[in-house]
Amino acid sequence: MKIWGWPIVLGLLSAAGLMSALLGDGVWDALSWFTLGAPLAVIAFYVWRPARA
Amino acid sequence: MGVGAAVNMKRWAWIHKWSSVVCTAFLLLLCVTGLPLIFHHEIDEWTESVEYPPMPEGAPSANLDDVLANAKQRKPEFVAQYLVWDADEPREILVNLAPSARAETDSHLVTVDGLSGKVVHEGPADEGFMYVMFKLHVDLFAGLPGKLFLGLMGILFAAAIVSGIVLYAPFMRRLDFGDVRRGKSTRVKWLDLHNLLGVVTIAWALVVGLTGVINTWADLVIKFWQYDQLTAMVAPYKGQPAPKGFGSLQAAVETARKAAPDMIPSFVAFPGTIFSSEHHYAVFMRGHTALTKRLVKPVLVDAQTAKLTDTRDLPWYVTALLVSQPLHFGDYGGLPFKIVWALLDVVTIVVLGSGLYLWLARRRKPGQQDEAEWKSAMAPVEGGEATP
Repeated sequence: MKIWGWPIVLGLLSAAGLMSALLGDGVWDALSWFTLGAPLAVIAFYVWRPARA
Repeated sequence: MGVGAAVNMKRWAWIHKWSSVVCTAFLLLLCVTGLPLIFHHEIDEWTESVEYPPMPEGAPSANLDDVLANAKQRKPEFVAQYLVWDADEPREILVNLAPSARAETDSHLVTVDGLSGKVVHEGPADEGFMYVMFKLHVDLFAGLPGKLFLGLMGILFAAAIVSGIVLYAPFMRRLDFGDVRRGKSTRVKWLDLHNLLGVVTIAWALVVGLTGVINTWADLVIKFWQYDQLTAMVAPYKGQPAPKGFGSLQAAVETARKAAPDMIPSFVAFPGTIFSSEHHYAVFMRGHTALTKRLVKPVLVDAQTAKLTDTRDLPWYVTALLVSQPLHFGDYGGLPFKIVWALLDVVTIVVLGSGLYLWLARRRKPGQQDEAEWKSAMAPVEGGEATP
């Protein structure tokens, strides 16, 4: 779980984003921007965070 | 890790290495050419600058026979293959003219205003930057063999992702999620970035990869639909000579609307094209929601009498193809969705590029420090480290 926790959460968020934009419009589209975009936020956080001591 | 598990890991490492080596160059091409294609609607709008003449509020739609006649006038020697209602711009009707009903090249696209019936834009379909991107992305200018080849590359890409998932666990046993060892050598740093960027985009990359593979089979799916369904739908016309001229398109579309009253027309395939018979206007009706507007239903209307011949729901395999298209194109959630899609595409380019770098850098003769760090980083999947 230490290894797979985050990848599973991000996989589920991505899948939710892919589906919500397909099945709904309006607010469902907006929801998908954040869920499908979550992996991008995680990448940005770990790539640009200050080096740990 | 026991001996058996270590051998198993080496096997997965072999699969990951060789599936990637074979597909990476083509996947890089697909990711790069796919990037402008995500925004093709915006790019077309921007480069074509179509202007619709002002019309009074509540003006009725133009008669489709006038729309068609005005479009055909631009290329009198051509025939109409398709007439498409734009799903986003209610006034836009696109008419695809070609040298013959089955021609796959040299199309001429005419955009007609659905209210005034006037031509607002026209141009050849087979040229320009976006056309080159499209062809490189879809079939490498090689037709069906090109499509099937790219489909095979997509299957290898999926194999690389699955084997990459298996390899991720041993790599991460001694690291926290997101750790990038910046203090170590360049190769170790890029190994960590490759793993991080790869693992967080698994779901998206698998969906886009596999729906892309399904899209490479589109020609075959349509051929099978013709054989499986279209032939039966037009069976009463079997053996009859092709008619010389056709009746009213407007009347045919009205017949189709009556046959599918809850739906609206998406496109018409003209007689003789791959989606119709020699005798029919095939009017494809669609629903209204984000999903159902992609799920079309063919209504075959006699092109001379405008009488209904047959209508059927699409079989599961065409539905699967139609659902896989938006999931590959990323065109179904507005502009912010497309931007996210493009950024995920860029991340995939970095994953592919870093994978290629890690493979190419394996033979270099670096300093001892670098080599020791690399060996230690790779030990979980390559062995050489006694772990219980």
